[in-house]
Amino acid sequence: MTRKGRRLAMIGSAVAVLAVALGLVLFAMRGNVTYFFSPTEIVEKNVQPGARLRVGGLVKEGSVLKEAGQKITFLVTDTTRDLKVTYVGLLPDLFREGQGVVAEGVLDAADRFTATTVLAKHDENYMPREVADSLKKQGHWQGEKPAAQK
Amino acid sequence: MLKYANPTLFMGLAGRLIPWTAALGLGLIGVGLYMSFLGSPADYQQGESVRIMYIHVPSAWMALFIYGVMTSAALGTLVWRHPLADAAQKAAAPLGAAFTFVCLFTGSMWGKPMWGTWWEWDARLTSMLVLFLIYLGLVALWRTIEEPTRAAKAAAVLTLVGVVNIPIIKFSVDWWNTLHQPASVFRMGGPTIHSSLLWPLAVMSLAFTFLFMTMHLMAIRNEILARRVRRLSMEAASRGEAGPRAVVRGATA
Repeated sequence: MTRKGRRLAMIGSAVAVLAVALGLVLFAMRGNVTYFFSPTEIVEKNVQPGARLRVGGLVKEGSVLKEAGQKITFLVTDTTRDLKVTYVGLLPDLFREGQGVVAEGVLDAADRFTATTVLAKHDENYMPREVADSLKKQGHWQGEKPAAQK
Repeated sequence: MLKYANPTLFMGLAGRLIPWTAALGLGLIGVGLYMSFLGSPADYQQGESVRIMYIHVPSAWMALFIYGVMTSAALGTLVWRHPLADAAQKAAAPLGAAFTFVCLFTGSMWGKPMWGTWWEWDARLTSMLVLFLIYLGLVALWRTIEEPTRAAKAAAVLTLVGVVNIPIIKFSVDWWNTLHQPASVFRMGGPTIHSSLLWPLAVMSLAFTFLFMTMHLMAIRNEILARRVRRLSMEAASRGEAGPRAVVRGATA
């Protein structure tokens, strides 16, 4: 092996070792790296009441209830399980039924979630309104559905 | 191809290339801006805010692409010990930092109206911020070490350490739950952006690439010239004369 080849091999193995080390660290920390949990993950992880966390999923169709003041309740669903979320405050423009949402707050003993922040999550679909309308009309609509159904 | 790795031949080649890449870059940016802001429809959900994407996404791609260029240059420095690779590395770092900043800034501007927040510590946003810090670290490292060959080696090592962040940025949206949406263009099953919105994005990306090439070639030329000035000054100083640096300083004083 030439000197250049040796240097290249040494650099290659150093980067590989580094990548494996970082991969292990991120794998061990995956619970902290993840930005939100789905309602199913919250049940599976057996989250204790009073814990502060973020829940993410879709706003279930027909579940949004606006009450007195700015109080609002809705169900966050991952299509397997739902979680009831209560929130008082302003909602982002993209918030609507069937749309992705991330709520930050506290889980109580009755498995209800009191949110202090509600963020809208945008999906990866970009199209003009006319295209969206004609897709809906023709029944080819793929958007605003959870990844599990695709 | 390899003969242009000779700095003198490179100076000539770059000099001939720069007007073309500059003209292409400026022309495409004109067309691209028109398509982005006037010639394309609004998004069905985001409305006019979608236009931020035409700056944000090409900047993000450039931030990653420039890191790729720097990684090849870092290998050129460490494996082939080539001075042109040193210059290419040094010249790319501030450009990479600038594109990463534009990406973070425009992303934040889009995030407030769409998500409802300027910034969240999700995996995609955080790994992109780490990339920005790596770029700044590289710029600082180049400025800290006076001797160009030593600076090039140190920067090359840091660049190769930082390369592990690149797949993390790309796949963060697939590996973890993130607020940031998954990839829309480079994904399995083809793009999820309608062609009327994809074309402006493609033209802007091409424009950004040519603008980067232009600025990179110009910066490499400057770096080669700065090194020549430095070497001539040192030779002159060892002979006890006033070198080009002193002459230049005298002329501007």
